[in-house]
Amino acid sequence: MKKKILFSLKSPYREQLDIIGFRFGHGKKSLAIVGAMRGNEVQQMYVCSRMVQALKKLESEGKIADDTEILVVPCVNYYSMNIGKRFWAMDNTDINRMFPGYNLGETTQRIADGVFSKFQGYEYGIQLASFYQPGIFLPHVKMMDTGFTDPEIMKDFGLEFGIVRKPRPYDTTTLNYNWQVWETKAFSVYANATDEIDVKAADEAVNAILRFMGKRGIVTTKTPPGYITEIIDEDTTKEIQSETSGLFFRVTEIGKTVEHGDVLGRIYDPLDGELVAEIRTPVSGTVYFAYNSPLINAKTVCFKVIK
Amino acid sequence: MVETVASVPLAVNENLTIQKRRIQNGKNKTRLSLVTGTHGDELEGQYLAYMVGNFIDEHIEQIDGIIDIYPALNPMGIDSITRGIPMFDLDMNRVFPGTKRGTMVEVICSSIVDDLSGSDMCIDVHSSNIFLKEIPQVRISVPTAKTLVPYAKMLNVDFVWIHDAATVLESTLAHTLNSRGTKTLVVEMGVGMRITKGYCQQLFNGVLNLMKELGIWNGETSSVREPIISEGHKVGFVNSDAAGIFVPCANFGDNVKKGDHIGDVVDPLTSKAVEKVLAVCDGMIFTLREYPVVYGGSLLARILQPEGGEE
Repeated sequence: MKKKILFSLKSPYREQLDIIGFRFGHGKKSLAIVGAMRGNEVQQMYVCSRMVQALKKLESEGKIADDTEILVVPCVNYYSMNIGKRFWAMDNTDINRMFPGYNLGETTQRIADGVFSKFQGYEYGIQLASFYQPGIFLPHVKMMDTGFTDPEIMKDFGLEFGIVRKPRPYDTTTLNYNWQVWETKAFSVYANATDEIDVKAADEAVNAILRFMGKRGIVTTKTPPGYITEIIDEDTTKEIQSETSGLFFRVTEIGKTVEHGDVLGRIYDPLDGELVAEIRTPVSGTVYFAYNSPLINAKTVCFKVIK
Repeated sequence: MVETVASVPLAVNENLTIQKRRIQNGKNKTRLSLVTGTHGDELEGQYLAYMVGNFIDEHIEQIDGIIDIYPALNPMGIDSITRGIPMFDLDMNRVFPGTKRGTMVEVICSSIVDDLSGSDMCIDVHSSNIFLKEIPQVRISVPTAKTLVPYAKMLNVDFVWIHDAATVLESTLAHTLNSRGTKTLVVEMGVGMRITKGYCQQLFNGVLNLMKELGIWNGETSSVREPIISEGHKVGFVNSDAAGIFVPCANFGDNVKKGDHIGDVVDPLTSKAVEKVLAVCDGMIFTLREYPVVYGGSLLARILQPEGGEE
């Protein structure tokens, strides 16, 4: 293992930002794994740190394939993490909306450019991703449909679902999208939590990534058996909105199979405690996303169900 | 008449409500929409909305048409000094056209687009952010330039910046409306979290002039300035390479020569100037940094080169 500084940035008032990468093996660039790009992506950093541990062991046992190099970057944006901010603290910009970056541009464009130059050239890229609203996910793998990456490859993760997302304009500046533009087969792994550690979900994510690496001939390793992954178009999943607002109580579990009409959540008036709404699923299927904040506004996507 | 464009119940005893005021007189159905407050830290449009509405109220007999004023597309952001919509990650101006079945913000954006669509002209007023001060300007993407530049010239701005289309900008309000046939001009001026009365007055004169051209205003107008059109000009970007405190020595609007000293980045701890900031090209400084703390990469100035200026 080689621990290297991939990119540095001077700050007017803090110690220099040094973005650390761990390299394993040597030779052809096979896989880059990237964790936290936002300051609250603690679970994402944790999964990467677990990957560093796993790969150290595999390397010491000689189980990394010949002519293979793996890069793990647990945390791009620890500056924000250390001060409790999600985005870049100075201007509230999101590094994951700045790719491919620009070396003569604004600060977060320069960070994106600096790290992207090190993330490029790998055959595969995995980003530990988080969602833009509070919620928990069934661990799954997602890719953007740019026409470059074969969705069938997602089956090698052995997670229950592989989801294909049609990119929206605001997706075109993310790492995942740009990796594919630069011919890296890119995937996002969702490991349930964001700003807290879910060890069980992290175990599942680590096993999924190791399984993928095993199937792709990057390492030799034994992992628990995975699922036969179902590949799904995101547009075919059912988003369920809250029709009213108040205190939100989830009454279903992530991963649960539900039937049409089942109650998934309840909303109570926050002042007088009256039940104001029951959230029922209009379809049968598997719950793969649930909103998890106690306060909910109307028109909030509170569940996603794979039909 | 104040109307509700969108209203969504918030968690505790409050609604998020987007409002507009419709001012109408005469038989003419030509509709001008004045929209602002998408970013909660941009306040120049707040005063402009007041000025336009107040003036029209006092001269209603000289109005023949419809003026819709949308002062705050992001009222919670303005109220909490938050650029985006509080508790929502994405920039509101990257979520249009929205959708009826998406998140709360997408639902609101969809209602806003529905309400604005069909206007004969829409002016979407932005300030700069808190970091930069901007000369009054209209920004237009290349594909819409032919249609929109003649209207932009009526707005009494100093500069019309025709920029390349970018995929990420397809989620803006202006792109959405223009692609649906509602002509929309994006104005940028001033600086975030402040009101520059002179700029508001300048744009007010331009709005009145545009209303005159559209046949909505029958009263007097003052002459408008001829803006510089960016076509044939290039824009030079001056970014900081060092971290520290930026202290300009050139002024906003100055004409400079390539290599001219326009400021310094200084280190308060060591009392050293860590970067001497030089003009990257000849031209006029039309953007200048207001907020002093900088990192490597922070934008310090933009310079508009003379026509045919070097690459």
